[in-house]
Amino acid sequence: MEKRLMKGNEAIAEAAIRAGCRYFFGYPITPQNEIPEYMALHLPQYGGVFLQAESEVSAINMVYGAAGAGARVMTSSSSPGISLKMEGISYIAAAELPCVIVNMMRGGPGLGGIQPSQADYFQAVKGGGHGDYHMTVLAPASVQEAFDLTMEAFEIADYYRNPVMILGDGVIGQMMEGVVLREPVKLEELKEKEWATDGAVNREPNIINSLFLDAVKLEEHNLKLKAKYDLMREREARAELYKMDDAEYAVVAYGTSARISRSAVDEARKKGIRVGLIRPVSLFPFPEKIIRSTIAKTRTYLVVEMSLGQMIEDLKLALNGKRPVCFYGRTGGILPLVDEILESIELMRRGEGIEADCCLS
Amino acid sequence: MREEIIMAGFGGQGIMLMGKLLAFAGMKEGYEVSWLPSYGPEMRGGTANCTVIISTEKIASPLSYRPDTLIAMNYPSLHKFLSRVKKNGSIYYNSSLIQNKVDAEDKNLNEIPVNELAADIGNDKVGNMVILGSYLAKRRFISLDAVKESLKEIISEKWQDLIELNKRALEKGAEYINKIRP
Amino acid sequence: MKLTAAYPESLTGKEFHYCPGCTHGLIHRLIAEVIDELEIREKTIGVAPVGCAVLAYEYFNLDMQEASHGRAPAVATGIKRVHPDRVVFTYQGDGDLASIGTAEIIHAANRGEKISVFFINNAVYGMTGGQMAPTTLTGQRTTTSPLGRSVESSGYPLKISELLSILEGSVFIARVSVHNPAHIMKAKRAVKTSFQYQLDGKGFSLVEFLSTCPTNWGMKPVEALRFAGEEMTKYFPPGTYKEVE
Repeated sequence: MEKRLMKGNEAIAEAAIRAGCRYFFGYPITPQNEIPEYMALHLPQYGGVFLQAESEVSAINMVYGAAGAGARVMTSSSSPGISLKMEGISYIAAAELPCVIVNMMRGGPGLGGIQPSQADYFQAVKGGGHGDYHMTVLAPASVQEAFDLTMEAFEIADYYRNPVMILGDGVIGQMMEGVVLREPVKLEELKEKEWATDGAVNREPNIINSLFLDAVKLEEHNLKLKAKYDLMREREARAELYKMDDAEYAVVAYGTSARISRSAVDEARKKGIRVGLIRPVSLFPFPEKIIRSTIAKTRTYLVVEMSLGQMIEDLKLALNGKRPVCFYGRTGGILPLVDEILESIELMRRGEGIEADCCLS
Repeated sequence: MREEIIMAGFGGQGIMLMGKLLAFAGMKEGYEVSWLPSYGPEMRGGTANCTVIISTEKIASPLSYRPDTLIAMNYPSLHKFLSRVKKNGSIYYNSSLIQNKVDAEDKNLNEIPVNELAADIGNDKVGNMVILGSYLAKRRFISLDAVKESLKEIISEKWQDLIELNKRALEKGAEYINKIRP
Repeated sequence: MKLTAAYPESLTGKEFHYCPGCTHGLIHRLIAEVIDELEIREKTIGVAPVGCAVLAYEYFNLDMQEASHGRAPAVATGIKRVHPDRVVFTYQGDGDLASIGTAEIIHAANRGEKISVFFINNAVYGMTGGQMAPTTLTGQRTTTSPLGRSVESSGYPLKISELLSILEGSVFIARVSVHNPAHIMKAKRAVKTSFQYQLDGKGFSLVEFLSTCPTNWGMKPVEALRFAGEEMTKYFPPGTYKEVE
């Protein structure tokens, strides 16, 4: 198999093309510019279209149009730009349009900074735009995984007719690692989208819409969406468990902070601490069942995030008060250090360092 | 085997390219590799550094807080990272630009007059390859040949005619360090 | 006996929800008739706006997408880029196109996006209940300009046709009125020209319709038609602003 040294951003762009994405609409913002640049260079070679939109707002609405027209389509941005896309994402979720949206998170709020961050977790998994909806959110922790999850994201998007977000950060986007590239999908084998607006030939018109003026109809529509989200919870939740077989303690982290935490777990094991790592790969649906399956052995959980504590809320909901939860986070673009996480693991073992709002006391 | 290297210098000294080349060669030799740039808002003229990790095991954190090796192409870079290098770790620095006495008793110091050596082969822009050559000659886990072979994959198509020059620079750096520390 | 008029196939037949005297329904029909005449119903995709015409997707018997407020040109861009051989149009009001969606319309025009835009200018926000629009005439009373639009506070009514005609990407820009049969026929010809330009792959076109809103203008239908024909046309002169050969 072909192995290439690629940046995470490049791997995502290449994966999209191999997944049959032929349309990309974006707007420049650091640290994700390699994605539009890669698409600008490569998409025309496949007869595809790269278009630099006038704003993130326009880009996401071009995605809406193209997705509604039946195409596999992607956009990418970073935190402030993703905020601008949120209106469009709400419409896309409501109109049940499949697409892939990449967020290479940077420090916020506001204009924030350009260094890596995980502070958009709430925005990604809890909605972000208005209304009762969810994106499917996948969080790669390596360049290989960025490639694999992006290819898969298009399948998930089409299957559920739902927007899928690839949630990374500056490290995942800018880092280079070896990637084994999977074979491209065959465009002619993709399932036909009989709901798409491509001209009403010998059929009733297709309508792409999110307006339901009748509250009864709108509630029905929301219940239909919920049924999809429930199915995703059933089928799409995933997490990687590392050294969890005998783990009395668990670090819970995703993406870049999971990579750093894994080193801390290895160091702690050298000191004889029975600690493992739970790495959620899907953030929506959150891998609740997988996490609950660990409580038979695991006494305390430490959440590590590049934020001031967002995923910790989902972990607490998953544990439902059955186990205490600690937290260590750095924010604003600062990465947690292995030694800092190790110290938090040691504190956790001593039953100290539990956040005041955690449930150990 | 696990080697963590921080490479640092001015923007324009080819720091990122040097790191990519090493990571690529490592990958071709069958190692797990990661390359992580540190980026600032400036595109040119600021400081640049990258972290390369080469390992026989899966790489957990792609960051290096205590690197095994520091390659410093200018004084600010040396100053910034010197104290973080592991005990008994190695430092390769550009003595053409760093004349201050370097004080690091518990580390292996390698002074490489990068600019002079590069000038010897007629192009002062290949200093990055000179110092990489010195590093590879001493820390022999990836062969010089594998790195030379990787040049054509890493150097953009536009500059392919500079491959031979870069190979000579790698050799020059290797010869230099072999001569002073056989 | 010769059939002189039939209900267009490109309309669904669903009863319009528009107020008495409003010209939206008439403009829908003109567009539908032209689509029928050009025999492009099966290859046309429309984009509905947010505003009074938000339900346009229920009236046009075509594949339709409903866009968010002001974004119809971006949505149309997405559709047209995926299906360059189809005919794509947007139907937008003055708040949608000339206020919240100015970035989208200017850039779609400037890119020469090969779409047709039908811009319904009735100088008021109709659906939300008669607030001031970017095209509200100076001195015109609305619920948010109760003393009449003041230039000092709100600037000037926005002249979209004039503005877009200077962009390199636009190929056909016309302002029409539908206040009497002669103008209605002109308006229909403009719609046809716009579609023809698109079918010929030439570039961006826009037809601006001076339209009535008797409800929010506080006028009887006939009075509203007079106002559109006599008052609006003074500031917004009908005519062809651009026609690239």
